Amino acid sequence: MKSLIFKTASTYLLPLLLLFSIFILLRGHYLPGGGFVGGLMASIAFLIHSFAFGLKETQHIIRINPGFLMPIGLVLAVGAAVAPFFIGAPVLKGLWFEEQFRFIGIVGSALFFDVGVYLVVIGATLTIMFSITDTV
Amino acid sequence: MLIAVILGFIFALLVPFFSRFFKKAIPFIFPILPISLFIYFVGFLGEIKSAAHQLYRYEWVPSIGVDLSFRLDGLSLLFALMITGIGALVFVYTANYLKDHEYLDRFYGYLSMFMASMLGVVLSDNLMTMFIFWELTSISSYFLIGFNNNDPASRKSALTALSITGFGGLAMLSGIVILQSVGGSYSFTELLNSSEVIKSSSSYGWIIALLFIGAFTKSAQFPFHFWLPGAMKAPTPVSTYLHSATMVKAGIYLLARFTPLLGDTFWWNGTLVTVGAITMVYAAIHSVFRVDLKSILAYSTISALGILVFLIGIGTEKALLGAGIFILAHALYKAALFLITGIIDHETGSRDVSKLAGLQQVMMPVAIAGFIAALSSAGVPFLLGFISKEVMYEATLDLGQWAIILTVLLVLTKVGILVAGFWAGIKPFIGNLPSEFNKAHLPSPLLWFPPLLLGVLSLGFGIFPSLMTESLIQPVFSSMSGADTVIQLKLWHGFNLVLLLSVLTLVTGGLLYWFLIPSEARFQKTLRYESISPQNIIEGGSNLFGHFARIWTKFFQNGYLRNYVITILAFLTLLMSFRLFGGVNIHLDWDQISPVSSYEIIVVVLMIISILFAITTNSRTVAIVALGVVGFANCLFFVFYSAPDLAMTQFSIDTLTVLLFMLVLLKLPKNRSFSSKGMKIRDAVLSLLFGVLIAILTLEVFEEPSSSEISKYYADNAYILAKGRNVVNVILVDYRGFDTMVETVVLVIAAVGVYSLMKLDLNPSKKDS
Repeated sequence: MKSLIFKTASTYLLPLLLLFSIFILLRGHYLPGGGFVGGLMASIAFLIHSFAFGLKETQHIIRINPGFLMPIGLVLAVGAAVAPFFIGAPVLKGLWFEEQFRFIGIVGSALFFDVGVYLVVIGATLTIMFSITDTV
Repeated sequence: MLIAVILGFIFALLVPFFSRFFKKAIPFIFPILPISLFIYFVGFLGEIKSAAHQLYRYEWVPSIGVDLSFRLDGLSLLFALMITGIGALVFVYTANYLKDHEYLDRFYGYLSMFMASMLGVVLSDNLMTMFIFWELTSISSYFLIGFNNNDPASRKSALTALSITGFGGLAMLSGIVILQSVGGSYSFTELLNSSEVIKSSSSYGWIIALLFIGAFTKSAQFPFHFWLPGAMKAPTPVSTYLHSATMVKAGIYLLARFTPLLGDTFWWNGTLVTVGAITMVYAAIHSVFRVDLKSILAYSTISALGILVFLIGIGTEKALLGAGIFILAHALYKAALFLITGIIDHETGSRDVSKLAGLQQVMMPVAIAGFIAALSSAGVPFLLGFISKEVMYEATLDLGQWAIILTVLLVLTKVGILVAGFWAGIKPFIGNLPSEFNKAHLPSPLLWFPPLLLGVLSLGFGIFPSLMTESLIQPVFSSMSGADTVIQLKLWHGFNLVLLLSVLTLVTGGLLYWFLIPSEARFQKTLRYESISPQNIIEGGSNLFGHFARIWTKFFQNGYLRNYVITILAFLTLLMSFRLFGGVNIHLDWDQISPVSSYEIIVVVLMIISILFAITTNSRTVAIVALGVVGFANCLFFVFYSAPDLAMTQFSIDTLTVLLFMLVLLKLPKNRSFSSKGMKIRDAVLSLLFGVLIAILTLEVFEEPSSSEISKYYADNAYILAKGRNVVNVILVDYRGFDTMVETVVLVIAAVGVYSLMKLDLNPSKKDS
């Protein structure tokens, strides 16, 4: 797409949307949001960018093949789910750190789980979108 | 006991990992497995006295009553000994038979897998476990039959065998499930106590019919017998092991096993006698017309299996005793004959019985083994076959009004088997050695020792039946009949009708052998009737089914996405309207409906306008954007009714969908109208109907009393239990975290699927260009 406005806007939209998606991801436990929506938003951010600048440019920005995000995310999510098992608790039991973290609040296994979901969603969506864009 | 059963699986599993390092050693390592198992089972010989059995239980899936329990009694011990004993010989034999074969390691892997499954079948007390092992024998035999996987004929036979036995296995599974629901247990030992209940229940007919299908397919009974001759494409050790000594007897085992539980009723006995009689006579006649050694043996094996079914069907004590002895006698002589055929094939490259002759000049030990086996199959005195035949004749002669016809059928079968046995065991060795086989020589002892040993056993048991009477045959008889009659086997019964029949069999068979010279021409004549053979009929049926499936698929899945949508919608509409036909119960309480606000009206109007746009426009882009508007308007409703999480997700999904459509549509050629007026009307009607139905369904949902307990529990405990205030997210990551985890996996699978569809060019027609 060769619209100057769109191009200029998307340069700024990308970082903003990505930040927003992380914000959505982190607030999920208390307010509307979460890993799934966050992941979708991040993918939209990249997709808009690829609309404006072309697939090559966006892939250059991401650097790694987005497909790799899927296994990383899966390992995180499964890890968070299985972790309680090793301290003798049932699988998927929520574990929490004692102290609060600055900005984020209390951190527990649920957050890692959500981050895993976030990464899987980005990886899967971008893989689907990019392979379709690339082929047609 | 558990280890004894699964050891074969362990060996088979290790093959792919270690064969690279021990390739040379494999023929030496593997025979140790059946030999040691054989010794292990021989140790039980003294312990299993009449009617006693030993149970070994290991818990597996207690929640549905499936456990790994093993029952060792006379019957299972006999089979276990045959499986491991003949297994040991076959393992040794293979070492030389397939020497230097590229995939020898694989072959041993399949063989030990098969042996373990077979042991599982005969030792399992739990019927569900038995079924699993039963299927495993089918699967491992599929690999073994198709071992020469470069040969299309061999692959086809493997598939035929698998489909026939697999079909029977399914029937058997249903039978077992019904049996469990009637008898209340999967355990055979426990079921034995409720034998009368089962026999008098209304499902009895179904149970035996389904179990019969399982047993008949596995044991190659008419009309399912044809997979067995086909399976002879397998290397000879496989034919020996699976298709004469063990696997095909699994069906016999099943029938013998269930005799005390289900037997002794009109339908049980009648069906078995009929099917057994047809099979044994049909196959005996067939075997006389063949010229390929393996074919002859295959048909004579089917005939022998027919005899066994027939005897179990007669069901008297004598008949069951006869069956018990014949299982052993047949395994000993038929395995020997197969092994000998393998040697002949190996050394001369021919299995044509009309050409083979005079081989005793070059391979004396093989010839001796062949003679013994042939004589035992004929039932000549001083061989085990004689004893079994005497008992059989006694059994049929005792039957009163049916005695004459059944005895005649049995004698006829025995004559056929005799001729087949002589052709396989005697004919190739006597006479003058044709010049074309001059190069044949005595093979390694690894090849000729196993059949010779089997022959010696036939001879030993035949001369001294007391060797096996008390230790083996008595327990076998007791577990088959449930009676505790003390049996006695004698060589000499005096001059009576039975002896006369034996002599008659020998003389007729001998004469037939003398005058009937096997020839290719006569075999060709039988091919005329091929079109009415069961094999052709069943194959034709399956072809017809395949044809039907192709038409069906072509109609419903023709590759046009729009037709898929129509099919799905039409089907759902039909389904739902059928459901609504029974009456709709909608009761709208206008007072309960929340007040309609002005912005809701605006959004609805917006939606309607965009829908109109979407269906009337000529531009794809406009249509997509209009649909996007509908989606966003939908999201607004989620916002109005306080479901922000849902709205957010829906917003993102809608955005993504529109973007995706744009990506693809931009590349497509300009839109043209593909649909005729009729198609448009059809689509309109369908979508209207679907919409109306969904609306009715939604309204109906309101009629269902909804319980707020669950949502209240979630809301109340979200912070206490999961330290989160957003209930939706807590449900996703905590309460139902497992769902989410699996869904992420699904997402990954979908992504990989799309990627491979798009990127991997799997279409062979495009590959060339």
